[in-house]
Amino acid sequence: MIVKLAAIFFSMILVNNYVLVKFYGICPFLGVSKKLDSSLGMSGAVIFVMFMATAVTFPLQIFVLDPADLGYLQTIVFILVIAVLVQFIEIFLKKYMVSLYNALGVYLPLITTNCCVLAVTILVVDDYGADVATLGFAAAYIESLVCAVGSGVGFMLAMCLFSGVRTRVEACDPPEPFKGLPITLVSAAITSPYFMGFGGIVENIFNVTL
Amino acid sequence: MSIVAAVILCTVVGTVGAIVLVAAAKFMAVEEDPRIEQVSACLAGANCGGCGYAGCADYAKAVVMDGVACDKCAPGGPKAAQAIAAIMGGEVSAVEKKAVVQCQGCEKNCKPSYEYTGIKTCAAAAALYGGPKACSQACVGFGDCVKVCKFDAIHIVDGVAVVDQSKCTGCGACASICPKKVIMIDEAGPAKPVVLCSNEDKGPVAMKECATACIACGMCQRNCPSDAIHVVNNIARIDYTKCTGCGVCVSKCPKKIITYPLKQA
Repeated sequence: MIVKLAAIFFSMILVNNYVLVKFYGICPFLGVSKKLDSSLGMSGAVIFVMFMATAVTFPLQIFVLDPADLGYLQTIVFILVIAVLVQFIEIFLKKYMVSLYNALGVYLPLITTNCCVLAVTILVVDDYGADVATLGFAAAYIESLVCAVGSGVGFMLAMCLFSGVRTRVEACDPPEPFKGLPITLVSAAITSPYFMGFGGIVENIFNVTL
Repeated sequence: MSIVAAVILCTVVGTVGAIVLVAAAKFMAVEEDPRIEQVSACLAGANCGGCGYAGCADYAKAVVMDGVACDKCAPGGPKAAQAIAAIMGGEVSAVEKKAVVQCQGCEKNCKPSYEYTGIKTCAAAAALYGGPKACSQACVGFGDCVKVCKFDAIHIVDGVAVVDQSKCTGCGACASICPKKVIMIDEAGPAKPVVLCSNEDKGPVAMKECATACIACGMCQRNCPSDAIHVVNNIARIDYTKCTGCGVCVSKCPKKIITYPLKQA
């Protein structure tokens, strides 16, 4: 079990990295990755929101949507839940963690409509929803939570790597038409294939099939 | 039937979320002092950063929450300081701050020591032997300060920066961008003199470099009745806490570089 959880965790970071392999969450990836501090803060918020969102939406899907045969409401209900969560976190940070609140600034509400968070909650249901029947709810729930945190950490890894890339790119002097976003997109395109190279590595290290 | 179920489900989820948020907003509300908003209304709103805070709102917060002095808004001037003082309680007698360029090394006074053909910015030129002028402390004259000034108050005239006192708000943007640090923010007001030179070379060398250089002769220091002006590093500097504005140094200076730059002609 632990081996499988570890395999899930690392596969979400390296093999199935949400940003660089699945291309979700590109908006904050390009927008907030200018500085290492802000990308770390943003990633922290994303990890937290992904974890909380999955913790709420997975049982919601298993115990409410599936028995009531309302699986098609998944998207709208999940968006509602995520929006509430992000608002809640914003209020929470403003009260108790002012420095982080100031650091995240305008980016925190962006997570509300971040496809990355919605994708995690939906894909987790797709991947581990079936495990409820075979392994029981508790095991599937833990798997899905580990997967969500792993996705968030993967997001953080991508953000940190790319903020490093961007500080280098910023010091360069690209041709006029490439300045700004174009050169950022080009460097993102060069960064992402390296993660393709991780394909299969986790299965072989942990010797499990995911 | 399924439509009803779907509607009910969405409504329930939405209502639960709304209740959670309302409760959170109520129990975790951050009470903001209403004075913060009043103070920021008094400020200039230019977000120039001259006060040393991230912006006008940040400074207003610092005034109300941390009791920071209320006369830091340079563009707002004494008017803003008094308005803030009225809100916060207490009086203030603020002098309008102005930028003063402590260099008169124009093309005529200070000859170039080499021909500079690089990028026309002060920062780049200053990195090459301290700038193309003979005096290595002189205003470079490529106008980094002109670009950074939000009030169109500083211009390059004959190769040296000149402040338009009627437009200057004393925000200090020029002083902080200047690579030679020849711009000072004069907080002493028009009644007190300023040494309009930054040259740190010894007298004979300074004399060769520029026609308006401080030659560190020490006449001002010897004659000052209030021990307010001193020659340090071969340049005269005034201690404004001691200066009474008597003007002895102004009349004694053989190079006539101590003047009242803020005094209206």
